[in-house]
Amino acid sequence: MNNILNVSPSPHQQSSETTRKLMFGVVIALLPALAASVYYFGTGAVIVTLTSVLACVATEFLIQKYLLKTKTSISDGSAIVTGLLLAFNVPSNLPLFIIVIGAVISIGVAKMTFGGLGNNPFNPALVGRVFLLISFPVQMTSWPVPSGFKTGYTDAVTGATPLGIISEGVKNGESISALMDKVPSHMQLFYGYMGGSMGEIAAAALILGGIFMIWRKIITWHIPVAVLASAALFTGILWLADPTKFADPLFHLLTGGMMLGAIFMATDYVTSPMTPKGMIIYGTGIGVITVLIRTWGAYPEGVSFAILIMNAFVPLLNMYIKPRRFGKEVRHG
Amino acid sequence: MSSTVLFTVIMLSLLGLLAAVILYVVAQKFKVVEDPRIDLVNEVLPGANCGGCGFTGCRAFSEVLVRSDSFEGLNCPVGGSEAMGKAAVILDRQPVAVEPKIAVLRCNGTPEHSQRTSNYDGAMNCRVAHALYGGTTACHYGCLGCGDCVTSCKFDAMYMDPVTQLPVIIDDKCVACGACVKACPRNIIELRKRNRKDRKIYISCVNKDKGGPARKACIVACIGCGKCLKVCPYDAITMADNLAFIDSFKCKLCRKCAAECPTGAILEINFPVKEEKPAGHAVTEVN
Amino acid sequence: MFKTFPKGGIHPPENKITADKSITVLPLPSTVTVPLNQHIGAPATPVVEKGSAVKTGQLIAEAKGFVSASIHSPVSGKVSKIEPVADSTGYKQMAIIIDVEGDEWIETTDRSATLVKEITMTREQIVERCRDCGLVGLGGATFPTHIKMTVPSGRKCDMLIINGVECEPYLTSDHRLMIEKGPEVLTGVTIIMKALGVTQAVIGIEANKPDAISTLDGLSKDFAGISVVALKVKYPQGGEKQLIKACTGREVPSGGLPLDVGVVVQNVGTAFAVYEAVQKNKPLIERVVTVTGKSVSRPGNFLVRIGTPVAKLIEAAGGMPDDTGKVVNGGPMMGKALAMTDVPVTKGTSGIILFPEPESRRDEIMPCIRCGKCSSACAMGLEPWLLSVLSEKAMFEKAETEKITDCMECGACAYTCPAKRPLLDYIRLGKTTVIKMVRERITK
Repeated sequence: MNNILNVSPSPHQQSSETTRKLMFGVVIALLPALAASVYYFGTGAVIVTLTSVLACVATEFLIQKYLLKTKTSISDGSAIVTGLLLAFNVPSNLPLFIIVIGAVISIGVAKMTFGGLGNNPFNPALVGRVFLLISFPVQMTSWPVPSGFKTGYTDAVTGATPLGIISEGVKNGESISALMDKVPSHMQLFYGYMGGSMGEIAAAALILGGIFMIWRKIITWHIPVAVLASAALFTGILWLADPTKFADPLFHLLTGGMMLGAIFMATDYVTSPMTPKGMIIYGTGIGVITVLIRTWGAYPEGVSFAILIMNAFVPLLNMYIKPRRFGKEVRHG
Repeated sequence: MSSTVLFTVIMLSLLGLLAAVILYVVAQKFKVVEDPRIDLVNEVLPGANCGGCGFTGCRAFSEVLVRSDSFEGLNCPVGGSEAMGKAAVILDRQPVAVEPKIAVLRCNGTPEHSQRTSNYDGAMNCRVAHALYGGTTACHYGCLGCGDCVTSCKFDAMYMDPVTQLPVIIDDKCVACGACVKACPRNIIELRKRNRKDRKIYISCVNKDKGGPARKACIVACIGCGKCLKVCPYDAITMADNLAFIDSFKCKLCRKCAAECPTGAILEINFPVKEEKPAGHAVTEVN
Repeated sequence: MFKTFPKGGIHPPENKITADKSITVLPLPSTVTVPLNQHIGAPATPVVEKGSAVKTGQLIAEAKGFVSASIHSPVSGKVSKIEPVADSTGYKQMAIIIDVEGDEWIETTDRSATLVKEITMTREQIVERCRDCGLVGLGGATFPTHIKMTVPSGRKCDMLIINGVECEPYLTSDHRLMIEKGPEVLTGVTIIMKALGVTQAVIGIEANKPDAISTLDGLSKDFAGISVVALKVKYPQGGEKQLIKACTGREVPSGGLPLDVGVVVQNVGTAFAVYEAVQKNKPLIERVVTVTGKSVSRPGNFLVRIGTPVAKLIEAAGGMPDDTGKVVNGGPMMGKALAMTDVPVTKGTSGIILFPEPESRRDEIMPCIRCGKCSSACAMGLEPWLLSVLSEKAMFEKAETEKITDCMECGACAYTCPAKRPLLDYIRLGKTTVIKMVRERITK
């Protein structure tokens, strides 16, 4: 016998699922939305996406290689996902240096400072996005109007998002029914014909990605459904109470970052709870806070803030919401 | 405009004042009266919180020192007699002289000495490996090489040698806190008396098997032959379960035993190089 | 819709390569090594000496204490040594080594193959016979059978569940036994029912063994009170608590025993051994072992004498393939990896699996991404990620309140982890530490 045998504790089999496969599964799920934004915004979308992904991966690589002097982990794909999500959360005509700053903040501040993958309390892409929103409010809110495929990059015609129009209009005392004429129809919203961040506009494409992820068991239904259902319920009550002041639930679900947030941002493994019950509480929190910010807050859109706020509650949810232990409710003897 | 500024200043001042009053009242009400000497003693301790004294950190040890009547049995291995002396002055007690110690690894089962019979592929944790099986060699007493001791060391005094696959203790940094001794599931690490120039003579083996199997598992194993026992002029060596042991407090570093050992299980470290080396079993020590 | 347990579980590739290989008898080896501790509880004390001549089936070591089991000579021949021998863990423990000479059996054993259906013994006699024959649970836990067959006074038991699940991938020894020895198994079940004083027994079998289900279902018409339940294929269905939940809907309380819900669980293999012991007066000296692996040339199910070296078994299956990287004693999920193959087959050996080199190594460990897949895979409703961290950081008090002792070490968490973290390695460490801690607290 000349083989030296390997010895390890049980189990001696492992599933074929890996972190890398999960991350690339998310990337695949994001492709329809990327295609949609290229369709609506042209090459700007491609440039922004490439810059963001490259900047995120490079930041992670450089920090690990030269600052921490540890093994680099860029091959796990998490930086690519962060890069894609960051790009999806900014306008497609954003100057490149701003995107790079966002990527450095996302990876450098929100992820690596806490110890890298798995240790960050807040969604890195959203931290980057919010940082940019506060630091560069003008550039971050000049949304290009979808104009079909074109090759220009920064020369796009800009306009307000549907949510911005409604928010501004209500403040000026206009009625919802009048404002509704100024925004695209619900069907157009569903296909993504509106101003907004690069990846958030096409609800149809995002839902397609979400179904793919649920099918591949990358995510469970709990968080997206909880976010969307709670937001729909809350806006529904407001709408029924006073349809002249509040927009209808479907409008809220289809506009802004609601779909992107619910399906891709809130479901980030690291910053979401681990039990189904916790996920539903977390998702409901996001839905409610989003609507609060949209209706009464200073910003017309609140998904990013809502997710970041609920991220802070995740450790608490993980600590107090436990799965049902086998044999717990049964009395002894 | 000025009224806004004024209003802000007044409001913030009032808030600050209110908070100060609350803090003061709470601090007074929940004040814990503490022996002031605890702080003084705590200051002369090293503050490493290594637990080498047997208590949970330096502060807890200070409390124990203040409470106890004598220093008998109490020692801070890191601060040594210096720190204990200072503490004795503060508390007006008699300092108890304690010999400084050093940690020593009692295994020399390098891949060269002890043939690997399996390959461990589980979690890199000695306790996990120890609970699982006898280890990667035929010796199930020796070092498992997962480095629990290195992880436990708070003074960076240990590292894993990739060639020997054994941990190495850096003499200058070791403070004999005993964390590694507790961390090792196989009790390979021992705290021994620290001699002049860190000279050491010890049996670098803990194998309790009979001579034959022990030797088969590792060529530098202690086979329990007892030759060292006979040659020791100071009765420092004892034998139990086929394993010799040198009492570091009785040993006078005469080195007679090392010359006698047929397998080279007795290591002599930090001695000046002898002109004639005993033939056949030169021991390479990586340090 | 097949029955199953409600929460958690995984479905690893089944790889039941030997499902259609009938049981073949392995020729006797030249020496056998019989460890004195093949069961849970105190090791047995030898009653033979070096040089004694023994017959097949003769008592060679006596049960010591209440939780213990007797050991019988699996062969006839001469005791050559009684000394510590490295067992499958590499640590040494006492064993009796016998040089084989012929195969002369003790006279009391009925070696004919005729089926004896009629049960003549009383309850007490059955239990006594099981103890005398050194029966232990053959599912892997090796708990002495006679203890599980006695219902303590004041407790009541109304149902017997027979574990024919064999949810571990690769293993087929119970599967073959059910097909080939159906009437014997069912008679064994009836005997256990009589000993426990219960009128109904359920045999739980996973749906991937339709031939076993139909065989036993057909035969069970002739046996009163025995029914067969088909279960959905899901690991760890063979876990006692999961099996009870799946078959009856009853939930064993945390820290409790099946008897707390009026159930006793026995393995199919044990039922067969009970039949042989009670009806044929044959001690437990052999068992069915599956020898398998993807590159094994002649995988199969073998009837092996206890004490036979594992290497002999591998030889019978066509020898060890060159690419073998790991040899596992038991199933791939809960079995023990062997450091060498000259260790003996014991009462608890259900299979020998040879993994080719690439499959035998664990994948690279990545950081935990808190996906929660381990929590959803855990059939006990635990949080493996948390327990593993708590154990690694030596926070054992907290691990105790998080119910680390409920873990049955099925390995579903470590199997499912996408970051390939050694969750169970640390949980097992924490569990043993916590159990020790609790025991110390009680004795204090």
